Amino acid sequence: MNPNNMSVRSEVISQFQQVAEEQNRVLAALTDDLPLLESGLDSLCLAVIVARLEDVLGVDPFTKSGDAPFPVTLGDFIRTYEHAKH
Amino acid sequence: MRSTSGRRLWDSLGAENTSFLWGAKAAVALGELARGSALGGRIGELRHRSVLVATREQLTAALALLELDGVASRLILCPPDFPAEHLSYLVDAAAVDAVVFDQSAPAQIPLAVRCSPKIKPGVCDHRHDQRPDRGALRQTEWVLLTSGTTGRPKLVAHTLESLTGAIEEVSKPAGKLVWSTFYDIRRYGGLQIFLRASLTGASMVFSSATEPMADFLSRAGAHGVTHISGTPSHWRRELMSPAAHKIAPEYIRLSGEIADQDILNRLHSCYPQARIAHAFASTEAGVGFAVNDGLAGFPAHFVERSSAGVEMRVVDGSLRIRSTGAASRYLGREDASFLGADGFVDTGDMVELRGDRYYFVGRRDGVINVGGLKVHPEEVEAVINRHPRVRMSLVQARKNPLTGALVVADVVLEQLPDRAPDGAPGNAPERSEELRRELLQFCANALPRHKVPAAINIVPNLAVAATGKLARRHA
Repeated sequence: MNPNNMSVRSEVISQFQQVAEEQNRVLAALTDDLPLLESGLDSLCLAVIVARLEDVLGVDPFTKSGDAPFPVTLGDFIRTYEHAKH
Repeated sequence: MRSTSGRRLWDSLGAENTSFLWGAKAAVALGELARGSALGGRIGELRHRSVLVATREQLTAALALLELDGVASRLILCPPDFPAEHLSYLVDAAAVDAVVFDQSAPAQIPLAVRCSPKIKPGVCDHRHDQRPDRGALRQTEWVLLTSGTTGRPKLVAHTLESLTGAIEEVSKPAGKLVWSTFYDIRRYGGLQIFLRASLTGASMVFSSATEPMADFLSRAGAHGVTHISGTPSHWRRELMSPAAHKIAPEYIRLSGEIADQDILNRLHSCYPQARIAHAFASTEAGVGFAVNDGLAGFPAHFVERSSAGVEMRVVDGSLRIRSTGAASRYLGREDASFLGADGFVDTGDMVELRGDRYYFVGRRDGVINVGGLKVHPEEVEAVINRHPRVRMSLVQARKNPLTGALVVADVVLEQLPDRAPDGAPGNAPERSEELRRELLQFCANALPRHKVPAAINIVPNLAVAATGKLARRHA
């Protein structure tokens, strides 16, 4: 795996953990096939994660790509950022 | 209340007056003005004209207003930052046929009269016009400019009477009062202060947009300012200045923005001897009320009572005012009105009843929609500002693909005395990260989740617009 992608992945994971902690949420095990809706985070939490990732990674791939569907699983979510960073 | 019906501003001057108007670069003794003219004695040429007062300095604007109220048919108060591209519109809408200037006059106006703080003596006869037709002169219309949503200015028409409706008699000998304001006197908040000073023959110190805060405070202190006004943003800046101790006012007035408990407390602890009042006013609605008990918000009994020509109501969460201090109309926009059918002005300021007080929560047009839930930036700012390390804050919307928008905050910190060796404020990056988390937690403890900022940026300063209000960009 390319080291750039590694850092994107770890940043995403770290934001999930950070926001879950701030919002007092119990986070499910963060596997790639975890549906985001079952992660323990609601849409406001995910919105905050997207905003924070834009600050850290310099990109918001969802707003940028217009009406592209929001990813279903954590793996899709991470891949969207990995693609956007290239 | 003081009735100014049939009076002219000039009538409050007298040759025996010992007060002064102090500008940043020049000063004028009111007694001297009473015996002369700042307009070179050319008052007769401006009689019955629609006069644009377009001076750079506040002092010269003040002199022109004193001389021309009751002489000109209309006085249009042009702030120095007025955008030149709107001048033609302004000239048309207000039928401007003369201009008073101090540095340069716009070319398209046929009659231009220079105003100077060097008073030309012995020309007072022009004003004290004893001709029998004097009574036929209609009251001067005063026109204030506010920025419209389309960028084109709105021309808000008042009379001296409507502008001074809220001014109470001042019992203290006027000669001992020295007024000042951070506002420009060509805006409603500043004009209120200038008229208070003028009608009581008191002295006044004018601020200057280009003058550093510390210099202004030194000047105000040297002239012994007793009464001073500004927006909460003006005051937050003032408290940041090392020269804040140079003034020792007896009376501090806040208006133009929400005065939260934080700024009231900070002013009280810096100026324990001062009476602190916060007033609600708008250019269209006039002065609604002043609150003197040192607490944010206002007593609920202010609403539905009628006092001193002002009635207030709360309809659909916004404050409505019907007042003798209201403007009469927008010039050049006969189609647009700020008055409802019942004569009330909808101020667009949203209030919330908590216990026996109403609190301002924000502007109707400033609401941020977070996934269908409403957030007023001002209510979030009020929470952040309560944190002891925070000097001021600005909350704005940030676009978000999931919730439409999120709330984010820019925060200016209190300067720490313990500076780093290189002279920079003592906010190392790791400490600022810690503080950001602390502020987030602070907000989370006081606000529902959707109102907690998704991001907090620590910034060196925040822009304050020429109006004295925090610069907000509206979507």
